[in-house]
Amino acid sequence: MESSSLQTEVIKSGNDLAKRIIPCLDVKDGRTVKGVNFVALRDAGDPVELAYQYSRQGADELVFLDITATHERRKTIVELVKAVARQVNIPFTIGGGINEISDADILLNSGADKISVNSAVVRNPAFIDELALAFGKQFVVVAIDTKHINGKNYVHLNGGRIATEIETEDWIREAESRGAGEILLTSMDHDGTKAGFDNGLLKKINDTLSIPLIASGGAGNIQDFVDVFKISNADAALAASVFHYGEILIPDLKKVLQQNNIEVRI
Amino acid sequence: MIGIVYYGAGNIFSLTAALDRLGLSYGMIKTAEDFEKYDRYIIPGVGHAGSAMQKLKDTGLVPSIIALRKPVLGICVGMQLLTTHSEEGDSALTGIIPLETRLFSNKLNVKVPHTGWNKVFQSSVNPLFSDITPGTHFYFVHSYYIEFNSIFTIALAEYGIKFSAVIQKDNFYGVQFHPEKSGIAGEQLLKNFAHLA
Repeated sequence: MESSSLQTEVIKSGNDLAKRIIPCLDVKDGRTVKGVNFVALRDAGDPVELAYQYSRQGADELVFLDITATHERRKTIVELVKAVARQVNIPFTIGGGINEISDADILLNSGADKISVNSAVVRNPAFIDELALAFGKQFVVVAIDTKHINGKNYVHLNGGRIATEIETEDWIREAESRGAGEILLTSMDHDGTKAGFDNGLLKKINDTLSIPLIASGGAGNIQDFVDVFKISNADAALAASVFHYGEILIPDLKKVLQQNNIEVRI
Repeated sequence: MIGIVYYGAGNIFSLTAALDRLGLSYGMIKTAEDFEKYDRYIIPGVGHAGSAMQKLKDTGLVPSIIALRKPVLGICVGMQLLTTHSEEGDSALTGIIPLETRLFSNKLNVKVPHTGWNKVFQSSVNPLFSDITPGTHFYFVHSYYIEFNSIFTIALAEYGIKFSAVIQKDNFYGVQFHPEKSGIAGEQLLKNFAHLA
C-alpha cells in the first residue's frame, strides 16, 4: 500500500508546470534569420517585432542566438536586449559571444533573464562554475549542438562548424555538475530537416537529467511537438522557421498539445 | 507611486520596463529618507538569498523596511528576504513573515531549478488577485521555495510539493514568481498591487 501511494505522488508531481514553447530567433546583423542545417540563411524579419508578436501569440519564452557572434568574434547587441525587455512581457534568453562574466553581467542588467553559452564553455568548462556562482545556476543555459557519428553523439562548436571528440552525454553530465541551470540540446542531424525532434536521444538524456531540458532541431509540424513531449518528456521545445514563416501558429499548437493531455499555458 | 528598494540584487531593468508599459510611476529607494516619497514599495531580488540579504543589510535599509506600514511587494528572492531563514547558505533573513525558505529536495523527484510557467491557486480572496483566474500560470525560476503555511500563504503552487506562490502578513506581500515576466496575468498583478488600499 505504501509504495502505491508513493507512486501516485511521483506521477502527480510537476503536473502544474506547463511544457514550454520557445521560438528561437537566430540573429545576424540585427535581423532574424534561420538556417537550414546551419547554412543558406534567409531573412525572417525584425527580432523585436517578432518577439512582441510571439509574446502576444502565447509563446512561453524566447531565445535569441547571435549566430554570427562566435564566428566573427562579435559581442551580442545590448541594445537589442533592452528593446526586447522594454516591449516583451515573457522571459527570454540571449546567447552568442558570451566569453566573460562582464558579457553576461551587461546582458542581465539589460533585461535578459538567462544567458546561453555554448562554444565558450566547451573551451573553458570552469566558466560554467563562474557564471553559476556570479548569477545563480538558473541564469545559465548550456546550449549544445550534437551530431551522431559512427554510433556516438559528439559535441560540435561554433554553430556546428567544428567537430570535437567530446561525447554529448558526458558533456551534459559535466555541465550539469558544474552548475548549468538548463540544457538546450540541438540535434544537428535533425535541425532543418523538419522530420521531427531527435526523440530517442532526448529521452535518453532527459531520463537522467536533474535540470530542465529544452529540445531543439527538427520541428516540422504540430505532431512533432506532441511526440517530443510524449516520448522524451523534455521540459520545453524550441523551433524557429516553422514559427517564423507561419507554418505553425502557437495558439493552434497549444490547442493540440492540450487535447493530448500535455500541460500548456493557454 | 512605487518605491523600488535599490540594493544591487535585482533585475531592475525588466521590472521598470514592466512598470513603464503599465504607465505606473516609480522611483528608487537608496536611503531611509527615500521611503517617505512613496506610498508602496517593491523589493526585487535574484540570485543567492544570503548574499542578497547581506547587500540589503549593507544599505542600512532593513530597520526602515521592517517598520513599513504601507504595501510592500517582495519579488522572488525579494519575497524570500521577508522570511525568517533560508536553507540557501543557512542565511538569517528579515523575519518579517515567520516562514522558512527551503531547497526543493531531490526526494521530490522534480527538476531543480523550478523553471517555467506553473499554475497558481489563490487560497483566500485577496485584492492582489483581482481579475486573475485561479489556476493561471505564472513564470517561476527558483531552486528554493517558501513552505506552505495555512495563515500566511494566500496563493499556492504545486511542484512536487505544495509551496507558497504568494504570501501575506499585514501590509507585506511576497510573490515567488516574476510578475514582470508573467505575461498579461503578471501585469494585472502589478496593477492590482499599485491600487491596493
